[in-house]
Amino acid sequence: MQFFEAVLHFEFLQHALLAGLLGSLAAGVVGTWVVVRRTSSIAGAIAHCVLAGLGLARWLQEVHGVSWADPMLGATAAALVAAALIAQASHNQSEREDTVIAAIWAVGMAIGLLFIASTPGYTEDLMSYLFGNILLVRTTDLWLMGLLDIAVITVAVALHGEIQALCFDEAFARMRGLPVGRLSLLLHTITALTVVLLVSIVGIVLVIALLTLPAAVAGRFANTLGRTMVLAVILSVSFTTVGLGMSYTYDLPAGATTIVLAGIVYLGVRLVWRRSRQ
Amino acid sequence: MTPNTPVIDVRDVSFAFGYVEPVLRDVSFTVERGDFASIIGPNGGGKTTLVKLILGLLRPQSGTIKVFGQSPEQARPKIGAMPQHAVTDPHFPIRVIDVVLMGCLRPGRNLGPFSATDRAAASEAIARVGLEGLERNAYSELSGGQRQRVLLARAIAPKPELLLLDEPEAGLDRKVEQDFFDLLEELNRESTVVLVSHDLGFVASFVRTVICVHGTVDVHPTSHLDGSVINTLYGGDVHVVHHDRHL
Repeated sequence: MQFFEAVLHFEFLQHALLAGLLGSLAAGVVGTWVVVRRTSSIAGAIAHCVLAGLGLARWLQEVHGVSWADPMLGATAAALVAAALIAQASHNQSEREDTVIAAIWAVGMAIGLLFIASTPGYTEDLMSYLFGNILLVRTTDLWLMGLLDIAVITVAVALHGEIQALCFDEAFARMRGLPVGRLSLLLHTITALTVVLLVSIVGIVLVIALLTLPAAVAGRFANTLGRTMVLAVILSVSFTTVGLGMSYTYDLPAGATTIVLAGIVYLGVRLVWRRSRQ
Repeated sequence: MTPNTPVIDVRDVSFAFGYVEPVLRDVSFTVERGDFASIIGPNGGGKTTLVKLILGLLRPQSGTIKVFGQSPEQARPKIGAMPQHAVTDPHFPIRVIDVVLMGCLRPGRNLGPFSATDRAAASEAIARVGLEGLERNAYSELSGGQRQRVLLARAIAPKPELLLLDEPEAGLDRKVEQDFFDLLEELNRESTVVLVSHDLGFVASFVRTVICVHGTVDVHPTSHLDGSVINTLYGGDVHVVHHDRHL
């Protein structure tokens, strides 16, 4: 209850709640694609690569006084480069896709660490990049999340049939003459942008959980992709809101609280599901 | 296209992945309208490669492929395809109708929800394979045989003139398999059927033409298929085989 009173008084909590809401919209939709297409390692690699962009931008700003190098811009650029590299690797079948993913994951992170280590005052930055700080979400970030939500929902409605076919049976989508390569790149790009915005909520390390856990739980209860998405959004909003409330009340890190909550629900549903099937 | 244009016309086609030994060498054959043809051969013999060439998903290094007198890409809307053991996620949240509607996808389709025409075609296809009433059921709840029927419905939803099926019987038990082939025989009244199989058991019962793929291609009418042909195909020994036509 204390938390609800606090929300009425503090703008930063209102921003944080709104960030959870807007972020969940994209996370539920994109997360459902990630789960059914089994590309969570791609989302993970993109998320970790984001550190390279954040670190570079911060370094340019602090050490070289390049004021336009906003960390958000750096993060977006790094995520898009990672998405393009992975799309290229999966297109070129002579490459081992999972090796490319692992390389992007670790090398991106390493580049980020090098830049952050060369920038004064790096430890606080690093912690909030890695584990997120929903209480530091800026108004600009909220606008960006809103725009991304509109873009994601537009794509989800316009290309529902095509993307569903791609996720369900790529070989068949190819046989129907669909532009599988371009659709895949589109999905990777949307995933990359979503990851960038979610990083500000839960951080680089935890972002895969916010993408996959709500969709994984939702998929057990829904029999269409659309319903899975709606349910995933509802679950994600619940996790971020309750997570924020608990973290405020018990003075815990918000990102970690949110993810542990999602993890408990996911494991609980799996257990109950398994029992009921026996 | 004249009524006599073959449905599939493959001429002097060779195909290799990279620089290794070619998968197919100087392959030529035709499939006539209304035929029920089976492509058989050992694993790795080039059956799936041949299917991909017919669909225009691969391009031959030499030779030409015409489908309904057109290039494979142009003819693709007239082909209903069922890819080899569709690796589908058993938990994928999708209904029968949604799977079948995928058959109505095509490049240049209007964006957004499927049209009423597409929905009607999908329902008709579901009824055709004997799954009426299950349209809104979850695909994950169906039996293996029912799922194969759903995938067949997906292939026939766009009312194709050519049905191209790559090992559709994989993983089915004998009884279910027999029902499935009875259904194919019925569909053969309207479309030409080309069926890839590594299983010879059923071939003789209603397939009319057998296309044997083992690097090169031989075509036999089913009545001429005997032990020696099969031995040549699978055993690797070279035997003199009486061929009706050797193309």
